[in-house]
Amino acid sequence: MRVELDNLSKSWDDVIGADRITLDITDGELVAFLGPSGCGKTTTLLMVAGIYKPTGGTISFDGHVVNEVAPKDRGIGMVFQSYALYPHMSVFGNISYPLRLQKLGKGEIKERVQAVADMMGIGDLLDRKIAQLSGGQQQRVALGRALVKQPDLLLFDEPLSNLDARLRLTMRGEIKRLQEDLGITSIYVTHDQVEAMTMADRIAVMSKGVLQAYDVPEALYDRPKTLFVAAFVGNPPMNFFDVDIVRDNGDFRAKSEAIDLVLPQDRGEKAAAADGKVIMGVRPEDINVVGDATPPAEGLTLNGEAVVVEPLGREDLVGISINGVDMRVLVDKTKEVAVGDTISLVFNTSRAQFFDPETELSLLWA
Amino acid sequence: MTTVETAPPRPAAGPLPKGRQKTGRYFAYGFLILSIVPIVVGYAWLVIATVSTRTRGLLPINAEGGIGGLTLSNWDFVFDGAIWSAMLNSLLIAVAMVIGVGIASTSGGYALSRMKFPGRRGFLTMTLVLHAFKAEMLLIAIFFVLRFLGDIPIIGGFIGFNSVGGVALVMVALELPLGIWLMKGFFDNLSWDMERAALIDGASRFRVWWQIMLPQVRPGIAALSLFTFIVGWNAYLVPFTFTIGTKVANMPVFLNQLISDTAPVNWNLVAAVGLFQMIPLIIFFIFTQELLLNIYAGGTKGT
Ligand SMILES: Nc1ncnc2c1ncn2[C@@H]1O[C@H](COP(=O)(O)OP(=O)(O)OP(=O)(O)O)[C@@H](O)[C@H]1O
Ligand SMILES: [Mg+2]
Repeated sequence: MRVELDNLSKSWDDVIGADRITLDITDGELVAFLGPSGCGKTTTLLMVAGIYKPTGGTISFDGHVVNEVAPKDRGIGMVFQSYALYPHMSVFGNISYPLRLQKLGKGEIKERVQAVADMMGIGDLLDRKIAQLSGGQQQRVALGRALVKQPDLLLFDEPLSNLDARLRLTMRGEIKRLQEDLGITSIYVTHDQVEAMTMADRIAVMSKGVLQAYDVPEALYDRPKTLFVAAFVGNPPMNFFDVDIVRDNGDFRAKSEAIDLVLPQDRGEKAAAADGKVIMGVRPEDINVVGDATPPAEGLTLNGEAVVVEPLGREDLVGISINGVDMRVLVDKTKEVAVGDTISLVFNTSRAQFFDPETELSLLWA
Repeated sequence: MTTVETAPPRPAAGPLPKGRQKTGRYFAYGFLILSIVPIVVGYAWLVIATVSTRTRGLLPINAEGGIGGLTLSNWDFVFDGAIWSAMLNSLLIAVAMVIGVGIASTSGGYALSRMKFPGRRGFLTMTLVLHAFKAEMLLIAIFFVLRFLGDIPIIGGFIGFNSVGGVALVMVALELPLGIWLMKGFFDNLSWDMERAALIDGASRFRVWWQIMLPQVRPGIAALSLFTFIVGWNAYLVPFTFTIGTKVANMPVFLNQLISDTAPVNWNLVAAVGLFQMIPLIIFFIFTQELLLNIYAGGTKGT
C-alpha cells in the first residue's frame, strides 16, 4: 500500500506533537521514523493508525484520504513497545481477537492463528497465559496479532526496546525478513539508529515535531543535509569543530586556534561560500592514528593528547584533546593507547561536512 | 504501564544472624497477637452470648449464678417472619446498591478517566465537594425528592418515599462519588496502548470498555462491590428516615426496634440478631476475596 502524509500536524493546546510532516512511502517499503525522545514519532504513527485525529494536513492510503476512517477500517496492524497484549486472554485469545471481531468461522480462525503462530515460532504456546511468557515470546505474540489480520500496513512503535541486546539483534533480522517476505508496507518507529540503518529502506529523521530529513540510510550518513542529522545519525557521533575557511595559495584550509587542516578543492570551495565561520564535522572513523597504514600527510596531521580511553571490544573509543579542542576517535586495540599519550592524527577531510552555524544547514548538500 | 505489576522486590538487606532474626520475629508476632486480643475477645463474647441466658465476662451463667445455662432461645427469632422480611429488605438494598453503583461507577469512571468532554474537570471536583456533605444534612431535601418520585404513576410506588426501592436509590446516589472516583483511579492506571491495540484490532469503544478494560479492573470492581454491599447491608440512617413500620424495615432498623421496644433490653437476643446479620457479609466476602487478593497477579511487561 502507498502511504502519503501531506503537511500532517498535531498539536494539543500549546504542545506541538508533529509539525507539517510531508513524506510518501511506496508499496512494500519499510520506513523508519528516527529521532530523540519526544520528537513526535509516536504522535505521527498514531495519526496514521487513526488513534489521534490530525489537527492539520492529510493522510492518504493508495491515493484515498483516510483522515476520517476509523482505525479498524484502515487495514493496519500495530505492534507497541509495551506489547499491549490482553493479559486476561490466552495467547490464542490474543492472536485470534482481530479475527473474532471480524466474525470469521471457528475453523478459519483456528487455521489462521495456527499458521501465524507457527510462523512466529510460538505455535506450541497457544494455550499459555500472557503472564507465563518471556518478554521475547510476548513480543512474538504481539507481532502475530498484528499479522493475523493480513494488514496492508504494519506499524511498529519501538517494538524491540524492552528486549535485551542479543534478542533485539535476532528479532531485528526476523522482522525485516518477515516484512520482506510478506511485502507489507511498514513504518518502524525507533530511537535506535542502528536499528533504523540496518532495517529501513528509507529513514525519516525527526526533531521537535519537524521532519529533518527523509532519505536512504547511506545518504543520511554520507550527505547529511542538516547539522541535526549529522549529529544524530552515526555512532559514535560525529565530531564538530568551529573553524574559519581561509584561502591560502589556492588551497582551502579549515583554521582555528587549535586546528589547521587542508581541505579538498570541491568541499573547500563550497564551505568557503559562507565566507567566515563554519562548523566542520568529521566522523570518528575519518580520523586515524598515524601508523603503517596511515602515513602522516602534509597539512592533514595534528598532534593531540589522549584524555579518555573507552574499550569497545574490537576497538577503543579514545577521547583526544588537541590544544583544548575535544574529539572522539576510533583506535585499533593493537595501538594500545593509554591516557596521557601524545598521538598523531591524520584527518580524512575529503569526507568532512560543513554547516552554516546560523541556519545549521549543510553547505555541501542543502 | 504501571497498573498491575508484580510487587517490587524486597530490598536486599544483609542477612541477620539466625538468632536475632528469630527473636525479632517472635517479638513482631507477639506484638501483633497482643493488639488483636481485644477484638477477638469481643467476637468471642458475641458468639457465646447468643447461646447463653446471661454472661459474666466470657462465661455463660445460669439463674443460680453458676457456670452453665446454655440455651438456644435467643435464636427463636429465626422462626419469626419479621426478621426474614427485614433480611430480604436488607438484601434488596445491598444488591441494588452493588448493581447500581457498579454499573454507574465502571462506566462513569471509564469516561472520566479516558474521554475528553467539556465539564469533565468541573464534574470531578464537584463530586468530591458534594461527597463532603453528610447524608444527615441532605435528609430533608431527599425527603422532598422521594415524595416527588412517589407521585410518578406506575413506578412511583417502587422508588418513592417508604419503599425499599426509594431507599436503595438514595443509597446508590450517596455512594456514587466514592465509587466513580475509585474506578476512575483504576482506569487511570491502565495502559492506553492496550486500548489502542483493541481499537486497531477492530473493537468499538463500547466493546473495548466491556471486553478489554473491565477485565483489567476486576479487583477494583470486587473491592467496590464488597464495600458497597457492606454499606448497603448496614444502612441505618436512610432506611430509618425514609421508611415507616416493619414491612419495609431492613436489618439494622429491625435491630434498633428490638433494642427500643423490649424493656429491659435482652442483650443476648441483640447479640444473636447481630451475629445473624453478619452471615451474609461473610458469605459475600468469601466470594469476592479471591478477586481482591488478585490485585498483584499477572499483567503486562514493559512500560
Ligand atoms: N496526548 C498528548 N497530550 C499532550 N501532549 C502530548 C500527547 N502525546 C504526546 N504529546 C507531546 O507531543 C510530543 C511528541 O510526543 P511523542 O510521544 O510523539 O514522542 P516520541 O517521539 O514518540 O518520543 P519517545 O521516543 O519518547 O516515545 C511530546 O512533547 C509529548 O509531550
Ligand atoms: Mg514514542
